[in-house]
Amino acid sequence: MDHIFFFYFAAVIAGTSVLVVALRNPVYSALALLIMFFHVAGLYVTLHAEFLAAVQIVVYAGAILVLYLFVVMLLSIRSEERYHNQLPVAGLLGVTLCTEVLLLLIQSRTAPAVPRGSAEAAAETGNTEMIGEALYSTYLFPFEVASLILLVAMIGAIILAKKDIIETTE
Amino acid sequence: MEIGLRLAVSLAQIAAVMGVVMLTVMVLTLAERKVLGWMQDRMGPMEVGPYGVLQPIADGLKLFFKEDIIPAGANRFLFTLAPILALVPAMIGFAVIPFGPSMTIELFGMQVKPFVISDINIGILYILAFASIGAYGIILGGWSSNSKYSLLGGLRSAAQVISYELNVGLAIVGVILLSGSLSLVKITEAQAGGFWNWFVIAMPFPQIFAFVVYVISSVAETNRVPFDLPEAESELVAGFFTEYSGMRFAFFFIAEYANMILVSCVAAALFLGGWNAPYPGTILGHLGLDALAWIENVVWFAAKVYFFLFLFFWLRATLPRLRYDQLMRFGWKVMLPIALGNIVLTAIAAYFFPR
Repeated sequence: MDHIFFFYFAAVIAGTSVLVVALRNPVYSALALLIMFFHVAGLYVTLHAEFLAAVQIVVYAGAILVLYLFVVMLLSIRSEERYHNQLPVAGLLGVTLCTEVLLLLIQSRTAPAVPRGSAEAAAETGNTEMIGEALYSTYLFPFEVASLILLVAMIGAIILAKKDIIETTE
Repeated sequence: MEIGLRLAVSLAQIAAVMGVVMLTVMVLTLAERKVLGWMQDRMGPMEVGPYGVLQPIADGLKLFFKEDIIPAGANRFLFTLAPILALVPAMIGFAVIPFGPSMTIELFGMQVKPFVISDINIGILYILAFASIGAYGIILGGWSSNSKYSLLGGLRSAAQVISYELNVGLAIVGVILLSGSLSLVKITEAQAGGFWNWFVIAMPFPQIFAFVVYVISSVAETNRVPFDLPEAESELVAGFFTEYSGMRFAFFFIAEYANMILVSCVAAALFLGGWNAPYPGTILGHLGLDALAWIENVVWFAAKVYFFLFLFFWLRATLPRLRYDQLMRFGWKVMLPIALGNIVLTAIAAYFFPR
């Protein structure tokens, strides 16, 4: 049963990811991306990570993709020449990545061992609590660094957007 | 056999909830016009049936038999998809709403919770997730119509929903801090035992500010007056659904009303104690009729939800529409700081006075 779900989600994720870059109309691309986000969330649910699944939809599908659509509609891009001569660079990167993945697959034939106990513990205390405790104890420093980076990005965005206003008032 | 039976019971529950929601939508379309009428010293609809009570049926029949028009130059695929994308997220959220006490009954040898379709442990996040998906129907409907009024309505909606969704999410955090759970059933159970335990006034830190922020933001998220800029009829004809007719129009209409019911249910469950009565226990329970106590709980839940729905009509009859820049400034510079401050204060209070 788990395998059926996994292969369904994996196939749709792979298919829609290709569609995102292959479709000519940017609105269709955004819709394909939406379907992909939903199936990634589905994958999280099969792994008993319900909190991550919900956050995936709230943040990516609910906020970021809506902003994408907003920009696409504001610029009213119907369809245009995509790829802008990116093919040589993209091809080089793609080939490199594929080789890396293939090498890794060949080197480790056995699947990495999944810590079995963690899933049972998560089912007992609740998935959300587990994530919270891990995030604010073991991974506290990376968490704070990530929040600092986001803060810097936010201030930077505001300064870039406010540039004209500041210059005219001075 | 076991799975088939479970599926049948779940489908029956879903059908029952959908039926109640659709019936409430019908009642609301009439109630809105009647309440607005009374507030403006009119009678409201009076023609169909005694005192106009059959008006929703007449409206439904009319919309059902209207010609379905797809404007020239519209994107047919997205134009067809958009009303469905608006309606489905509005309906799907009801799966985690507890309408009555969390009890289990034995049915064909299975444990069934009769008043909640699915008590998942991330209930409130699930509702937030699907509420944010509802914006796609509005945005894509506005874009695919190939009309400037629709496009403007869709664009306004995109910006508005993102801004106010954030406030809804932050307003809820205080309640989650106090209850220590994301499940709507557990949050409601944490407020049992009288109105002084409801989170809107509960110690250690009353969530009254979060409650106000939540109510205002959810009015904005459902595109209702005074935040109905995506469909402002004096500027944009009808906004994002200008070009829609017949059943597709009805889908947008039902989605708006279903969203109103959903946010009212969430507000009742989070802040006003859900199905808990404002006094300890239930009167029927104290009289020894424990088997019938659920009736009282369900009635209390319905009363709270209808209070919020009345509030929606009341606002519509009272307030003028905001200007667009006022809407944005209010959302980001007034509501957001209040919601953030509430989280900080609630966290401090919950740390020093754990419940």
